[in-house]
Amino acid sequence: MKQGSIRWSVYAGLTPAILIVVFAYVGTMIWTIGISFTDSRMLPVARFAGISQYVRLFGSDRWLTSLQNMVLFGVLMIGISLALGFLLAVALDQRVRAEGFLRTVILYPYAMSFIVTGLVWQWILGPTLGIQETVRGWGFENFRFDWIVQKETAIYCVVLAGIWHAAGLVMAIMLAGLRGIDQDLWKASRIDGIKPWRFYLHIVIPMLRPSFISATVLLSLGVVKLYDLVLVLTGGGPGFSSDVPAKFVMDYLFQRQNIGLATAAATTLLITVLCVLTPWLYAEYFRAERPKE
Amino acid sequence: MSRYRALLGATMLAVAAIQPAGAAEKAEVLHWWTTQSQSKAVKVFADAFSAAGGEWVDNAIVNGDVAKPTGINRIVGGNPPTVMMMNAGKQFGELADQGLLRNLDDVAATEGWQASLPADVLAAVSRDGHIYAVPVNLQTPNWLWYNKALFEKFGVEEPKTWEDFFAVADKFQQGGIIPLAFGAQAWQQHQLFNGVLAGAGGRDLYMSVFRDKNPEAVKGAEFKRVAEVYAKLRSYTDPGSPNRSFNEAASMVITGKAAMHIMGDWEKGEFTSAGWVAGKDYGCVLGLGEQNFLMDSNVFIMPETRSESGARAQDMMARVMLDKDVQVEFNNLKGSIPVRNDVDTSGLDACSKIGLEALKDPGKQLAGPDWLAGADMLNSLADVVVEYWATPSETPEQFAEKYAAVLAEFQE
Repeated sequence: MKQGSIRWSVYAGLTPAILIVVFAYVGTMIWTIGISFTDSRMLPVARFAGISQYVRLFGSDRWLTSLQNMVLFGVLMIGISLALGFLLAVALDQRVRAEGFLRTVILYPYAMSFIVTGLVWQWILGPTLGIQETVRGWGFENFRFDWIVQKETAIYCVVLAGIWHAAGLVMAIMLAGLRGIDQDLWKASRIDGIKPWRFYLHIVIPMLRPSFISATVLLSLGVVKLYDLVLVLTGGGPGFSSDVPAKFVMDYLFQRQNIGLATAAATTLLITVLCVLTPWLYAEYFRAERPKE
Repeated sequence: MSRYRALLGATMLAVAAIQPAGAAEKAEVLHWWTTQSQSKAVKVFADAFSAAGGEWVDNAIVNGDVAKPTGINRIVGGNPPTVMMMNAGKQFGELADQGLLRNLDDVAATEGWQASLPADVLAAVSRDGHIYAVPVNLQTPNWLWYNKALFEKFGVEEPKTWEDFFAVADKFQQGGIIPLAFGAQAWQQHQLFNGVLAGAGGRDLYMSVFRDKNPEAVKGAEFKRVAEVYAKLRSYTDPGSPNRSFNEAASMVITGKAAMHIMGDWEKGEFTSAGWVAGKDYGCVLGLGEQNFLMDSNVFIMPETRSESGARAQDMMARVMLDKDVQVEFNNLKGSIPVRNDVDTSGLDACSKIGLEALKDPGKQLAGPDWLAGADMLNSLADVVVEYWATPSETPEQFAEKYAAVLAEFQE
């Protein structure tokens, strides 16, 4: 009886939050999906157009390129950032001098906006301004480093800037995880004569699993909404070789006054993310709880 | 939503009603003219509006791609600015169709726009025979600007055709000067391509592409020539061009790193800030090839405000913006050409005079792409053009095929 009344007050307290979630998040999502089946141009209209927007979307080279780029960027950026962040954390965990200073320096890029990051790297990588020009100025006339203006390599410049931006965050998360590992384990391993690299590989990394998961989730969000970095760094070019889905959506939503196609692209993006994330989250969080019951 | 809007409208009426009689008509003006020369030009409008007894509330937003959606959202949401900047052509058509813009036929009739504005311009601000926007200037995106000192040093004449251009460009390249300053951003690439299309492909091809959206037209020899000229330009630009802004490219001409730049009238603002004078420090050639004037115009739309004082302010604004003296003063500062054909043009600079001369000949007037086709089609074409520029291995035939596919999609 008493427990029941507590539960009611809990629900009453949660009502505003539930309403906000239903209307502001789920509602707008459903509205977006609805618009994608209309032939809305500048303004949303309710003229049903079937799946014609999706047909046009998947007939567009630019959209397919941008999806490929998102996958490429996601795999490389998350993979390398995790590896690099972990190694940096391990290095800092060796009780180095000036650790606080180094920590700040390494984490600093994350405090910068993608706009600033993009601009700085555009200067560094631009062939008439940055590294190439500098090295040529030292007398190496034939030195070439113009990835950013080549169609095939421009997306890797975005990856590079992305890693520079994110590695510090991963380092901070990993360092916190490392500090949480019991000192006795270290002593035990030393007594048993286990080599440090084996200790890291077989004991530390499995123990840092939650840190890896939170870092991956945080970085994945950045991958899906990647927009401003590309805009400033390459403008999606050369051609549309470094385009990404979020930029595609924004272009059609605003410049091109085609809300129908933009929402179709946004819906496709949402479904793609759900398809990738749902099985993984299910495996991570829900199945693990079962044995406890 | 309509009830909410009615409520809002009623509130605004009430606010208007309690204002003392004889108060200045207030007009909030949303625009994106924020560079130095542009804001000086806007100030001409603001001062003239104040002098006429109005109150100008300036709402300048940097970057048109941000400002436009902001303004459109406010118009759709029922809280519109009194006056908002736009480009002539198809961009505001949908707002007019939804009844969100004020019909300006009455002002146009009393002010005699029919007689003083070119017919093409009136067509570009009209929808189904009604006028929905106030055009304030004429400009063209296809000027060739060049550094006069460099031309003298190399002993070359200004080019008039694309053949001349390549001959001149070769000389600069041999002399170690970048022949063509260029910023390979999508809008700049597409603008350059459209200039080549009109200049090297000719008027008929241009119209069958943008007006008729005819995919067959691009399969002939004329379009192949356009594609070849455009691709050849690639070798005259420098490797730093990708994603460079237009004013960086302009500064390359000013500093003498590059000899020429193809850009719209707004380039003059950059030259003027550097202390350059038209005809002395820099020269200009209109539309290499057929020397057409690709017409583009900045306009102001007047959203329905549902208040009488708003409508009065809008009428007054329309009159002020098209006043003869204001037109001359504004366009001198903006670097563009007055839209009225009955004003004193003696104060215009050397380049504007060339443009004005071209505008007197109907055979050289050509409606700009924005006047003929919607944003969606133009940007889909831009995708194809941008990709062609970035892919040296793509042949003109392959390019024409992709271009035709977009036209077929939008053919009416």
